[in-house]
Amino acid sequence: MKHPSITWDDAIVSPGADDLRVPPPARREEEENTGPPKLYRHRTGRIVGGVAGGIAEHLGVRVLWVRAVFAVLVALGGAGIAAYAMLWLFVRQESQDAPVHEDSGRGRQQAIALLVLACALAFALSNFAGPAVSRYGAPLIIVLAGAAVVWREADAAQRKRWASGVVGKGGTSGALRVAFGTLLVLGGLVLVLINGRSLGLTQFVVLAVVVALLGVAVLTLPWWLRMVRELGEERRARIRTEERAEIAAHLHDSVLQTLALIQKQSESPREVARLARGQERQLRTWLYGPDGYGRKSVPTEPGAAEGAEPDTLGAALEQAVSEVEDTFAIEVEQVAVGDCELDDRLRAAVQATREAMVNAAKHAGVRQVSLYAEVEDDAVALFVRDRGAGFDPDAVSEDRHGVADSIKGRMARNGGEVRIRTGLGEGTEVQLRMPRAVVAGR
Amino acid sequence: MTDAVRVFLVDDHALFRAGVRAELESISGGEVEIIGEAGSVAEAVAGIAKLAPAVVLLDVHMPDGGGAEVLRRVHTEQPDVVFLALSVSDAAEDVIAVIRAGARGYVTKTISSSDLVGAIKRVADGDAVFSPRLAGFVLDAFADRPGAAPISDPELDLLTPRERDVLRLLARGYAYKEIASELFISVKTVETHVSSVLRKTQLSNRYELSRWATDRRLV
Repeated sequence: MKHPSITWDDAIVSPGADDLRVPPPARREEEENTGPPKLYRHRTGRIVGGVAGGIAEHLGVRVLWVRAVFAVLVALGGAGIAAYAMLWLFVRQESQDAPVHEDSGRGRQQAIALLVLACALAFALSNFAGPAVSRYGAPLIIVLAGAAVVWREADAAQRKRWASGVVGKGGTSGALRVAFGTLLVLGGLVLVLINGRSLGLTQFVVLAVVVALLGVAVLTLPWWLRMVRELGEERRARIRTEERAEIAAHLHDSVLQTLALIQKQSESPREVARLARGQERQLRTWLYGPDGYGRKSVPTEPGAAEGAEPDTLGAALEQAVSEVEDTFAIEVEQVAVGDCELDDRLRAAVQATREAMVNAAKHAGVRQVSLYAEVEDDAVALFVRDRGAGFDPDAVSEDRHGVADSIKGRMARNGGEVRIRTGLGEGTEVQLRMPRAVVAGR
Repeated sequence: MTDAVRVFLVDDHALFRAGVRAELESISGGEVEIIGEAGSVAEAVAGIAKLAPAVVLLDVHMPDGGGAEVLRRVHTEQPDVVFLALSVSDAAEDVIAVIRAGARGYVTKTISSSDLVGAIKRVADGDAVFSPRLAGFVLDAFADRPGAAPISDPELDLLTPRERDVLRLLARGYAYKEIASELFISVKTVETHVSSVLRKTQLSNRYELSRWATDRRLV
């Protein structure tokens, strides 16, 4: 095999060739899989809420290190507790069918040891921090432990809901655990209150109310969050269902109907081709058109695009092409470079183009016609070409209106030019040129 | 070239592969030989590595990354294998993406069988194959619009007037021979121009080229 002036090696070796490549369209899904795994709380192999495991997987580090960092943060004034609680609440748990994470006994021991160590350290350090902290430290830890028990149960309840749709068999023990957690939280809060005895009566009542509200908030937080999430999920599910129904309806109305028609018309290849082409175009518009299904943009009102008068050159040409294709059962290969607003002159040019395509369809005796449109700064150039019979321009009688009136007359009236290149057996090319009224940037 | 061109077919639709195979075998008169086919990216990569075909007919749209992914994975290993993209897709971003990934040409699936044989032989000879549609895309991408990004490398970022002429005629549906006689140049020169345009399309760093392909339909 001989090599052309450019070889593959050029393309590969050139510096930065990789950077030049067009990035794949964002809608491709595989791209999402190449990044780090999304952050989910682990469902299995967890000690408290599965947060550390999830972070470890997300960052690609060992779970022990994550736990150690949390422990250090806990020891340093309890920031780790706040961080952990936030992550627990706001990071979603992984789904039911996620792979099971191995739960090595050693890892579990290490984790629990870390946890105890962190709590002890926090407690010890808080003793130096001042009387206020030490006074509220122990009750707060009790409150947090209670909250952890309740939140864990909330996770479990959600899992059961997914599994069976109702509160599962673990109902009684689950309720017991919730009650225990609640008791812990309340007990801790009461301890806080007891520590506040020295306050005046009004202050004590205010503190009690605040503490009670806080307790309720802490205990019910997972349920509130879940409610919000489920609302969102329900909405998404509904949208998906609607979308699916829409696709099914569309396929039924279009593709299935066409296939039925094709079966009926199978005697006539021309008719089959016409049906297939019409359907292909419709499907393409649906998928890739400006409001198409394959586009990311929000679809406009269904049917808004149909029947509307096109307002750009490209759309008008497309419409003309599809009319000609459908009427004469030919194929028009349409290539357009640039696009612009349609004005009266260009509308006339499109009409003339349509007429040229009709002529090609009627007289050339071929099934394929090329249409090329280019928007230049000062004019629009249109070319309609076929490889058919061609004709002798001088021999065309005066009473043939097609070329004379519809094309030449129309273009001349609007200030455009027409050139026709043809010859017997050489095919025909109609070249149209229409100046643009306003030189507008795209 | 007297030997048959060894062709490998990649398309996720078995029906389409069977159709192309049957048509090519009946029409090419031994000039083209299909030595293998694949229905997925992984199969394609393995098959091409094993059979070392001269030309791979590559579908643009496939699961797991499409034709561009096959190109990326085979291209560095087997620089001698030439790719011709074959697709129903009209979407500019898909077409430009496979070209930028290294395909030597792009034709639509509605191409006639004899034209397809011609295109296969042309890429096997090391030339580029531009369908009218691809020619249109490239012209559009290299158009000088108001507000276009500055040109960093004129050698790569601009088309010469002659290259533009050739592309325009390609877009108008002219064959290489017709272009040659229209512009009073040899077919060989036309081929050189087209190859040069292909190189620019693949290597140009013009901001336009990547952006253009994605927002072409939003104009």
